[in-house]
Amino acid sequence: MSAVADNAFRDSLIAGQAGSPLAPQGWLNQLRGEALDRANELAVPTTRDEDWRFTDLSPLYRQAFHPASAEPLAAERLEPLIAPEAGARLVFVDGRFARGLSRLPDADGLTVLPLAQALELHGEELQAQLARQADFRGDALVALNTAYLQDGAVVIAARGQRIQAAVHILFVSTQKDVAVHPRVLVLARPGAELTVVEDFVALHDGAYCVNAVTEVSVAEQAQVQHVKLQRDAKAAFHLATCAVRLERDARYVSNSVAFGARISRQNIDVVQAGEGAECRLDGLALIGGRQLADTHSSIDHAVPRGRSRQMHKCVAGDGAHAVFNGRVLVRRGAQQTDSGQQSRNLLLSDKAHVDTKPQLEIFADDVKCAHGATVGQLDAEEIFYLRSRGLTDPAARNLLTYAFAADIVNRIPLPSLAARLRATVLEQTGARELAQ
Amino acid sequence: MIDSGAKILLEVKKLAATVGGVPILKGIDITVRVGEVHAIMGPNGSGKSTFAKVLAGHPSYQVTGGEAAFDGNDLFALAPEERARAGLFLGFQYPVEVPGVANSQFLRLTYNTVQGARGRDELDPLEFDDFVREKMKLLEMDPAFLDRSVNEGFSGGEKKRNEILQMALLEPKLAVLDETDSGLDIDALRVVAGGVNALRQPDNAVVLVTHYQRLLNYIVPDYVHVMEGGRIIKTGGKELAVELESRGYDWVAGDGREAA
Repeated sequence: MSAVADNAFRDSLIAGQAGSPLAPQGWLNQLRGEALDRANELAVPTTRDEDWRFTDLSPLYRQAFHPASAEPLAAERLEPLIAPEAGARLVFVDGRFARGLSRLPDADGLTVLPLAQALELHGEELQAQLARQADFRGDALVALNTAYLQDGAVVIAARGQRIQAAVHILFVSTQKDVAVHPRVLVLARPGAELTVVEDFVALHDGAYCVNAVTEVSVAEQAQVQHVKLQRDAKAAFHLATCAVRLERDARYVSNSVAFGARISRQNIDVVQAGEGAECRLDGLALIGGRQLADTHSSIDHAVPRGRSRQMHKCVAGDGAHAVFNGRVLVRRGAQQTDSGQQSRNLLLSDKAHVDTKPQLEIFADDVKCAHGATVGQLDAEEIFYLRSRGLTDPAARNLLTYAFAADIVNRIPLPSLAARLRATVLEQTGARELAQ
Repeated sequence: MIDSGAKILLEVKKLAATVGGVPILKGIDITVRVGEVHAIMGPNGSGKSTFAKVLAGHPSYQVTGGEAAFDGNDLFALAPEERARAGLFLGFQYPVEVPGVANSQFLRLTYNTVQGARGRDELDPLEFDDFVREKMKLLEMDPAFLDRSVNEGFSGGEKKRNEILQMALLEPKLAVLDETDSGLDIDALRVVAGGVNALRQPDNAVVLVTHYQRLLNYIVPDYVHVMEGGRIIKTGGKELAVELESRGYDWVAGDGREAA
């Protein structure tokens, strides 16, 4: 990738923005300015970068983007995407907050606001928190997102509040050739409990680009369950970074599901900054055609007694390509860390392929760090079990493929969403008999 | 129940089979008629579990000699699923876990698949739910096991109950139960055996593969076959199992060698 092309891409993404008007907050203008400078200095990722070895973004760089036109979305088109069990709902259409489609919470102790309004009401807190977890200084895509930080979602659970109903943040694409830079900030104050769903969907099948950044800060003894659904159009580009910081005895559970996009990249960076913190990262990429889905996770055990569990699954059919890189860092002094990582991959065709790499960096001696990676076919014993119950060989394979993927989907705590995703999994794995 | 005039369900002649080129079965002859219970006993490694799996069509085993007729059909010409649809059931020693698929979904799918193949009516989810709950009573199973993933996190006893539940749903002509008693405490053994007994009919048959005589106190066999080195070396009535229990397999192995 030449420098000229890099700049063309950046210029194109910049052109894809409506242009950020100056914010009333000086600090925000300064932040955007710094980020824009960094975005211009940093090269966009190419396969020459170790972290992007398998994920070639050149199809993205060849694409031109223009600003989204402001077209309202009819409520009935949104209807099939709504999760009834969610409480608050924020809807963004082609990157813009759609107040009329959103439902802000009336619950005590829960703040759910579009960024502009949150800046007015919680300016100081946002100044302290925005761009703290997701560092733009070393990452061109995060820098671009930060430079165009304009619309986004802010979710704050107050101290000790256990918020029962999930917060559903829907990013709906209705136009092709548009680049959007969604931004989400989730703050769980001490002892709070909260479930947040980030849901990326398209109502068309054209090409567009999502460059999302999510920051999650979980205070002492707080718990956040974070569901990320990437069901973008099959021609889309989805680039996302989720940066999480856990304080003492905090808990973070992530269910990340990727079905869509021509090329998708999900970075998940968890820092365990307080002792006794725990995280569980469950991921699923279910792809076919010529799709590429790349997940890079990093769990940083910075202090003692941290615990992490990770199960990442990929199902790749046709000529699809799945990538997983799971870094686990145990810093010096982070004794009694207990970490377990599993990467399980299923290839459904000879042309599909998976690159999976555990990356353990351990600098403490009293730790438990288990990891395992499997790439392969379905288990012969399992197929035989199902055939011995009357299922044909193809039906048995479809059922087991479904089960492999549904195992992750079933962990999503919103039944309506899990059911809809199971239907998608059924469709994609051919196990339709199960639904009858 | 021995009735030498009863219809022959399974007739195996000189069956030989290998796994990975290694001979395991070296000439098995057995005839099972409707209404009968056969027990196949033998020490570890004698080939008795292999025999069960070969009957069901496990792909890891190659049939290298002999023949088997099941209900008048050439058993080895049928794929595993065709054997199941024709009425052969294998109760697994180690039932497979299928995380991600609810037991109720799985049970209904297999039930409807086999029903459809037999030209019988399939059941919709509501009808099936009533039907399967009734069958579960037979095995004193908590209906909560319907909502859990297939066998996932089930105890040994729960898995075996789930196997016999499948037997109850699929109504096989011939049930081959591989070490169904292993890993069961005495209460679970009583329940599982009770389930098998309740499913016995004049037109079906059961083959029990077991290491221990214990199960045979609950499911009384008409014939006991002792396997050793891939062959049936002795056949007798239920009293043979009692004698094996007190004298051990060495006794019959020695006896078999003397006879040979």
